Amino acid sequence: MEFKDYYAIMGVARDATAEQIKQAYRRLARRYHPDVSKEPDAEARFKEVGEAYEVLRDPARRTAYDQLGSGPRPGEPFRPPPDWGAGFEFGGGAGQAGDDGRGFVFEGDPSEFFETLFGRASTMGRSAPRGRGADHHARVIIDLEASLEGGTRTLTLRVPEVGQDGRPRLRERTLNVKIPRGIQAGQHIRLAGQGEKLPGETRAGDLLLEVGFAPHRLYRPDGRDLHFDLPVTPWEAALGASVTVPTPDGSVAMQIPPGSRAGTRLRLRGKGLPARPPGDLYATLQIALPPADTATARAAYEAFAAAVPFNPRSSLGAGS
Amino acid sequence: MSTQSLSVSVGRIVEEEGPLGVDELCRLCAVERQFILELVQEGVLETRTSAGREFVGPSLRRAQLAVRLRRDLGVNVAGAALAIELLERIEVLERRQDVSGMED
Repeated sequence: MEFKDYYAIMGVARDATAEQIKQAYRRLARRYHPDVSKEPDAEARFKEVGEAYEVLRDPARRTAYDQLGSGPRPGEPFRPPPDWGAGFEFGGGAGQAGDDGRGFVFEGDPSEFFETLFGRASTMGRSAPRGRGADHHARVIIDLEASLEGGTRTLTLRVPEVGQDGRPRLRERTLNVKIPRGIQAGQHIRLAGQGEKLPGETRAGDLLLEVGFAPHRLYRPDGRDLHFDLPVTPWEAALGASVTVPTPDGSVAMQIPPGSRAGTRLRLRGKGLPARPPGDLYATLQIALPPADTATARAAYEAFAAAVPFNPRSSLGAGS
Repeated sequence: MSTQSLSVSVGRIVEEEGPLGVDELCRLCAVERQFILELVQEGVLETRTSAGREFVGPSLRRAQLAVRLRRDLGVNVAGAALAIELLERIEVLERRQDVSGMED
């Protein structure tokens, strides 16, 4: 088992005051909050910080933790001493609000280290049976095609549950889910009766899946609309043209109006996600220049330069 | 991994089941009614004005985000409202940046 240095995780000294620990937690929680942070390991860091704070903010847990010293030497496995923690009564338990009024975020994912030390005290904040199991929530990433075409996807969720020994653990749950056509990022799929079902309760809760999209090679979704970049030549943009563009349900001809510029957005109504009502598909024009890598191409550029005097920097006021 | 065949779960899009009532929204977010009403006062949640407290659009996502921000970071309702607005603005800017990034 890996020893967790909660002081190092929080970036505080071992003799830090309760106030310093709270400040460190707030700073790190803001930095690594999965809804706010763009860092790839934000969620893992956030949970680690939360776990560290859960121990260090509680005087009894902190004192007990401090008795372990600073852990084994690197490479040595950690094992708590047999009499460790005797005589401590760990108050609270995960899920209860602290003295600063904020609850601790233990969504059933404590480290093995934490579980071994405090597992018996970390009741998951379960309330009495209510006649209906709680709704479970999860965020899932699906491919855009699932929304465009509908279809079944296999999703793997990590579900917290309480084992026979009373300790929380994670179980992998695999679900085949029929994705509703036209679903948008940020919307939720409700799977009725797939949430929590406790003994003694008549009805299971629902499972709610918040949907996000994996990056698509062509389209960028924005609500029910889709965006993509459409490269055109300078003469197509200047003179207008009919070009073939890809849409989710096949290629269509699109008119480029004369005098179009880079960044011009053209709309194909109803070609976005098949929601109700369907979204639109937007093409953003990108002007692509042919390379001047042959004598013919160079001659053509030179002829054009001679024929059409043009200074794109005139507004900069620095001469030509 | 076992190779047992799984049945297919058919779900519905919550946001298209019709507007959410305040009680349903509270249940889905596991939050007290007062918090939802304060989010309404902050203008975070989109309500169908003609029909009282019925929530549409991204209300569920925003309410859940607000609940997480309060729970994890201790922000109050006004702070959550500001954070949600800024996060959504960042999302818009990042989408625009994706577009202009293609010119390079």
